[in-house]
Amino acid sequence: MSADADKISKRDLSVVGSSPSRVDAADKVVGRALFGTDASLPGMLVGKVLRSPHAHALILSIDTSRAEALPGVYAVVTAADLPLLAVEGEDAIGEQQFRDRVLAGDKVLFEGHPVAAVAARTQALAEEALQLIDVAYEVLPAVVDVLEAMAPDAPILHPDLRTQSLAGQGETPTNVAMHFQQLRGDPEAGFAEADVVVEREFRTQMVHQGYIEPHASTAVWTQSGDLTVYATTQGTFAVRDHITRLLQLPMSKVRIVPMEVGGAFGGKNTSFVDGVAALLARKARRPVKVVMSRYETFVGTGPSSGTVIRVKMGATTEGRITAVQAELFYEAGAYSGSPVGSGAHIMFAPYDIANGQIDGYDVVVNKPKADSYRAPGATPPNFAAEQVVNELAEKLGIDPLEFRLLNSVREGTETIGGTVHHDIGAIEVLEAAKAHPHYSAPVGGPNHGRGVAHAFWGNWGARSSVTISVNPDGTVALVTGSVDITGTRTSLAMQAADVLGLALSHIKASVGDTDSIGYSDVSAGSRTTVATGYAAVQAAHEVIDKMRARLATVWDVDVASIVYEGDTFRASDDAEKQMSFAELAALLPQTGNTVIGVANVDVQDWGSSFGTHIVDVAVDPESGKVTLLRYTAVQDVGKAINPVQVEGQLQGGATQGIGWALYEGYDYDANGQMRNPTLLDYKLPTMMDVPPIDTVLVEVPYPNHPYGARGVGETPIIPPPAAIAEAIARATGARVCELPMTPARILEAMGVI
Amino acid sequence: MAGKTLVSATINGEVVEFLCEPQQSLLACLREILGLTGAKEGCNDGNCGACSVLLDGRLVNSCMVLGVEIEGHEVTTVEGLANWDGLHPLQASFIAQDALQCGYCTPGMLIASKALLDRNPNPTDEEIRTWLAGNLCRCTGYDKIVRAVHAAAEQMNG
Repeated sequence: MSADADKISKRDLSVVGSSPSRVDAADKVVGRALFGTDASLPGMLVGKVLRSPHAHALILSIDTSRAEALPGVYAVVTAADLPLLAVEGEDAIGEQQFRDRVLAGDKVLFEGHPVAAVAARTQALAEEALQLIDVAYEVLPAVVDVLEAMAPDAPILHPDLRTQSLAGQGETPTNVAMHFQQLRGDPEAGFAEADVVVEREFRTQMVHQGYIEPHASTAVWTQSGDLTVYATTQGTFAVRDHITRLLQLPMSKVRIVPMEVGGAFGGKNTSFVDGVAALLARKARRPVKVVMSRYETFVGTGPSSGTVIRVKMGATTEGRITAVQAELFYEAGAYSGSPVGSGAHIMFAPYDIANGQIDGYDVVVNKPKADSYRAPGATPPNFAAEQVVNELAEKLGIDPLEFRLLNSVREGTETIGGTVHHDIGAIEVLEAAKAHPHYSAPVGGPNHGRGVAHAFWGNWGARSSVTISVNPDGTVALVTGSVDITGTRTSLAMQAADVLGLALSHIKASVGDTDSIGYSDVSAGSRTTVATGYAAVQAAHEVIDKMRARLATVWDVDVASIVYEGDTFRASDDAEKQMSFAELAALLPQTGNTVIGVANVDVQDWGSSFGTHIVDVAVDPESGKVTLLRYTAVQDVGKAINPVQVEGQLQGGATQGIGWALYEGYDYDANGQMRNPTLLDYKLPTMMDVPPIDTVLVEVPYPNHPYGARGVGETPIIPPPAAIAEAIARATGARVCELPMTPARILEAMGVI
Repeated sequence: MAGKTLVSATINGEVVEFLCEPQQSLLACLREILGLTGAKEGCNDGNCGACSVLLDGRLVNSCMVLGVEIEGHEVTTVEGLANWDGLHPLQASFIAQDALQCGYCTPGMLIASKALLDRNPNPTDEEIRTWLAGNLCRCTGYDKIVRAVHAAAEQMNG
């Protein structure tokens, strides 16, 4: 990468760092942009999924005959319609679970677990048909609390599950899928050195990504058995791999077409209805579209884990943290695989701590399987760790940002988990927060408080593909396999523009289907502008190199003598010889056909991002209602490719964190029934709840990206709950240790109720 | 299944007739019968605002109105805001202020904003935030939407 970085640094950037409007905006404001829910094909049927009303039950039988007999019903499918398992032994367990998530086999493990599906001529008929499917269940006791699920007498979800730990594999049936431990130094000795120790337990509920567009999928087969799926997804290739695995098809038979995505935030990395739509469409021999309702979106997708987290931290009177200890209990949902590992990885990562121990537990419960949500696994442990950091600072009488600066990681610092920080902007972010006028402004008055919190998040690189084709009129077509969920068509075209020397208006950027572009991983982990940006830069360089080679044949000179500056090719040894990009583009068809730059990369070297948030609140002492008065988000963004879009990421992420802090959370009863599966009862932040969010973009360039960019999307969701909790504590004197921090919980912590 | 009803209404200035089932919402009629997919379904119970349209100039959630109820009435959807000659000032302002990310809530947000400016051409921050509180956006944090509505109001008053 460094060679490309050199090439860029010598150029004057003219597009990168500016804030052009996003290329997809015009169609979105006129209502013409087509989302997954808008897909439509001739003769299309409506697909609907039958879901378990029980959180834990055996399926004794499924009788679909009455549904199949209803006129207008074209197909009914159950797990029996899936191909026979192609693997045996240990592998068969994982494969069976993969299928069970699409359509349950002999057991349902959460309310909303898919059991069967129908395709009918209309929505009304499809809904009627669902009611005609007779499922006999034997209801089993459910367990929804993570600590109760760990108890010896808890109902067991998977009789074959054994705990994986450093000690090896457990011997008895359990709901604890994994226990890991990170250890550094000597925690006991560290706590002995401490003058002040704070120890607390925190609880958070399962929360949903809250994308406004539900999952949707439209599938159609050709007579010769080729499947096309119009999907709303963060990764077309992930959908392809899901369907080929489920239906045991060659990859060449399945094409996934990306539609506009109406919000995702990690929740559309996983396929939920694409497989069902494909199965129904094959059986019905017609196109089938499946769209989830909001209820299905809550109970039938992959939210973020609820947690119990215990933190103990000690420091000296001089303000040095001497030791930490934490236990993280994460709800994995119905199948193992919560983001407890990343939670442990990030929770103390902003601090240089010599002694620490972190124990993490991945626990299955009768809830939907947890999936990614913006900085997966990070917000709950940050809520826990940063509250303890704030409380220690308060007890020591040290300014909370100064306390963080005293303990901050620097170049080369090793975390408790053993990773080493490189090329980070931790200090710069803390200093910028400290210098911000918000931090020195007076706090409003009685019942007002200010809080801060600080967060670390590591980005992701991985595989991306970009092609850039030159048109004879001097414009280019940029195609990527990275689905655009945040404005990346714009940020990728911008990065290519400065290499190509072209105006942004000369670059048409689009997302290709899986037949038209090389493999690209899901757009997740704050990776697309960075890693796919690297691919865009590489493809653009290849375009220029190929055009130089072509010009060498036209001019009959050595290719090494041709340089490209601005938008003009020149012969370095002949001042007379020069040609613009557009002039050479026009010559390409007559001199051997067009050129295409192709980049298929697997980026292994990526940066990380620190963020510090400052918030002022007022708490009504009678009602417990929290009003956010002022909010500032400071973050190291490396190089902001499109500063206005980066600002939007910080504002949107902070707002999701605000929702997590104050309003959001799945509310389950003891039987595993979700009590709030509507947007009335599961409250997302509205325009009235959120103040203007001021942003500070700190630019500490990441040296291994051509422009110095870091991933920016995830970090801002992490600090809000801890910052708001601290502000509430300062306003009321009461520390709230459970999310969401509802008025009732605040009044309880204050001792009012 | 009950029979279908013939409905005649003015949609985006054009008189249209369509057949719908009695239980179908206006949103379903717009999207599935009339091909107007600008209005979106986010919840189908009146809590997200993605399906906002104007019914005789009043802001409604089209998921909460039956298709048969619009007989003889006027409906404006996001498709009725712009023409080929130009965008509505709100649309131009949403683009200029980057007041959208995924764009799924945008049609409803624009329609609700139009309903506000039709009544109150010069709203305060608080009036904008109160009026648009029925329209959920999960991407932007709302700040840029408030700015976009102000900018459009200024342009329309200017």
